[in-house]
Amino acid sequence: MSVLVWIEQNQNGVVPNSFEVLGKAREIAAALGTQTVAAVLGDNASAAESVRPYGPDVVLAITGPVLANYRLSAYTAALRKAVEAVGATVVLTAATVRGREVAAMLASQLDAGYAPDAIDLRVENGRLVAVRSVYSNNILADVTFNSPVQVVSVRPRSFPMPEPGAPGGEVRTLDPGLSENDVKEKVLEVKSTDTGEISLTDASIIVSGGRGVAQDPAKGFALVAELASVLGAAVGASRAAVDAGYIPYKHQVGQTGKTVKPDLYIAAGISGAIQHLAGMGGSKVIVAINKDPEAPIFEKANYGIVGDLFQVLPALTAEFKKRLGK
Amino acid sequence: MKVVVLVKQTPDTAELPKVSAEDVRSGKIKATMVINPWDEFAVEEAILLGDRYDVESVAISMGSPDAVDALKHALAMGVGGAALIDSSALSGGDLWTTAAALAAAVKAQGADLVLTGKQSVDDNSGAVYAGVAAQLGWPMVSAVTKIVDISNGQITVERMVEGAQETISVPLPAVISVGKEINEPRYPSFMGIRKASKAVIPSTPAAELGIASGSGKTQWTNIRKPEERKTKCVIIEGATVEEKAAKLVDALLAEKVI
Ligand SMILES: Cc1cc2nc3c(=O)[nH]c(=O)nc-3n(C[C@H](O)[C@H](O)[C@H](O)COP(=O)(O)OP(=O)(O)OC[C@H]3O[C@@H](n4cnc5c(N)ncnc54)[C@H](O)[C@@H]3O)c2cc1C
Ligand SMILES: Nc1ncnc2c1ncn2[C@@H]1O[C@H](COP(=O)(O)O)[C@@H](O)[C@H]1O
Repeated sequence: MSVLVWIEQNQNGVVPNSFEVLGKAREIAAALGTQTVAAVLGDNASAAESVRPYGPDVVLAITGPVLANYRLSAYTAALRKAVEAVGATVVLTAATVRGREVAAMLASQLDAGYAPDAIDLRVENGRLVAVRSVYSNNILADVTFNSPVQVVSVRPRSFPMPEPGAPGGEVRTLDPGLSENDVKEKVLEVKSTDTGEISLTDASIIVSGGRGVAQDPAKGFALVAELASVLGAAVGASRAAVDAGYIPYKHQVGQTGKTVKPDLYIAAGISGAIQHLAGMGGSKVIVAINKDPEAPIFEKANYGIVGDLFQVLPALTAEFKKRLGK
Repeated sequence: MKVVVLVKQTPDTAELPKVSAEDVRSGKIKATMVINPWDEFAVEEAILLGDRYDVESVAISMGSPDAVDALKHALAMGVGGAALIDSSALSGGDLWTTAAALAAAVKAQGADLVLTGKQSVDDNSGAVYAGVAAQLGWPMVSAVTKIVDISNGQITVERMVEGAQETISVPLPAVISVGKEINEPRYPSFMGIRKASKAVIPSTPAAELGIASGSGKTQWTNIRKPEERKTKCVIIEGATVEEKAAKLVDALLAEKVI
């Protein structure tokens, strides 16, 4: 038995959400009386060292030229090998695009129960229980499993980032036993779309703009970005702002955009439609800036300023600069 | 080339907040039901492929007999045919049960390509297509934002992951889930709606596809509404915008969220 965590890597190294999952995995493994195994896949085992400080019992380095780039079928096959090798009964990934598809594919191939995008995990009577937020965050359900292996992908920011400690855990290697002929996908090109911006799903602060910027959208989003930059925050947007072409879709928060869970969410010129609230209602503190005192966003906000965002945002930026000594 | 589009009937997103825990427990959702908005992108892409290649398209849905409305929407948009898998006699399934039924239907259609939405707005799994691909043993690419080319039995697509855009090529038959960036779904035309309203959509009970009740590997229990966000909004007052900004910053620093 063991709890297996896939440690995802991208062009910037280990995806930090994997460590959030690993931190929780250790708790789950302790409750199940078993060990935690962190699986690192790639053409070499160099990432293993960066995982050891997060305290898995074993770092399983599965290496081979076939695993140089992420490819769904190759990574699924390698993780199946890992599940077998360490007798994993619980498999966890971060619910990123890759983490979700690899978890789903692995679970389906193993005929194992799968809880996608879970927001919490616990052990009850010796069994894993995953909590899911469904109906676009309008219903919660506990997911229980009746399969020998249980697979869960975990929504980013569901668990705190663990503090790294002294490197622990032994590094073991495993040959995936895969050849290029076993892999159906060819990756023709990988283009980084990383602009150094903080991603919405990882952000602890988000400043978002909506249709309220309409009188001068470029200036409006520049003001949003300036406040975000002072706060080290990510920039978000409503669908109305995205549909109007003020800002690219990847910034959209809400039901057909991203679900976010920052400590602080500042909504400027956003009315608070339910599809927007579905994506950000889990924020710890919500601030609304809106010139309409009747805007529904104020019903969900902790703090509100009734006013013109073109005046309020620069004033807030200036004030934060002063207080944060920037 | 035969393209199957998977469409699900889901509650109107504006009514999702009204869905009660009891609705979900009983499976009787009291809301206006529509085609899953993410699936409109898959339907649109199937139609657009028809402009580029010699394509026969069929929409398939698994659900109650009411789900024909979602299929009619797809027909009204312009897909060539539709088929329902009637799951009303089925109980105790999970996402893999749905996937197994859809995979069986896809096979029966002799499809070369399966297009699906990103996720359903009710189950939010983003997983059923992986199950379909696994059942069929076909390659799968998710989060596709562009179909670049289909030729020589290969499909080449672009897709988005966090921080990168990948161009991937896989052999057909394959399963592709599409993202919102791929196209702009059309509104059904008047003629399309008229034609769809007259369509007779064949329905097959899930059992006939070899799908049994109680096959789920997971169950949902303790179904509940999330705790209401109970906030009393503090409206920051002040004579000037600078004063309001200063007071808000005070409050946020005190909340320790900066
Ligand atoms: C299937 C479906 C999915 C959807 N998914 C999403 C989603 O993922 N995300 C999302 O956000 N929406 C989504 N929507 C759209 C949603 O219903 C709303 O239309 C959208 O959120 C409105 O955006 P908004 O608040 O920016 O615009 P509006 O509702 O137009 O609000 C603009 C606000 O700005 C205020 N304002 C105007 N000028 C100023 C100013 N100078 N200073 C301060 N305030 C000002 C106004 O008082 C108003 O409250 C979806 C809808 C559907 C049907
Ligand atoms: N019951 C269903 N009938 C047809 N297609 C479905 C069904 N459930 C899911 N799908 C397809 O699979 C995608 C992902 O759904 P889900 O895994 O439920 O989030 C959807 O966008 C649909 O294209």
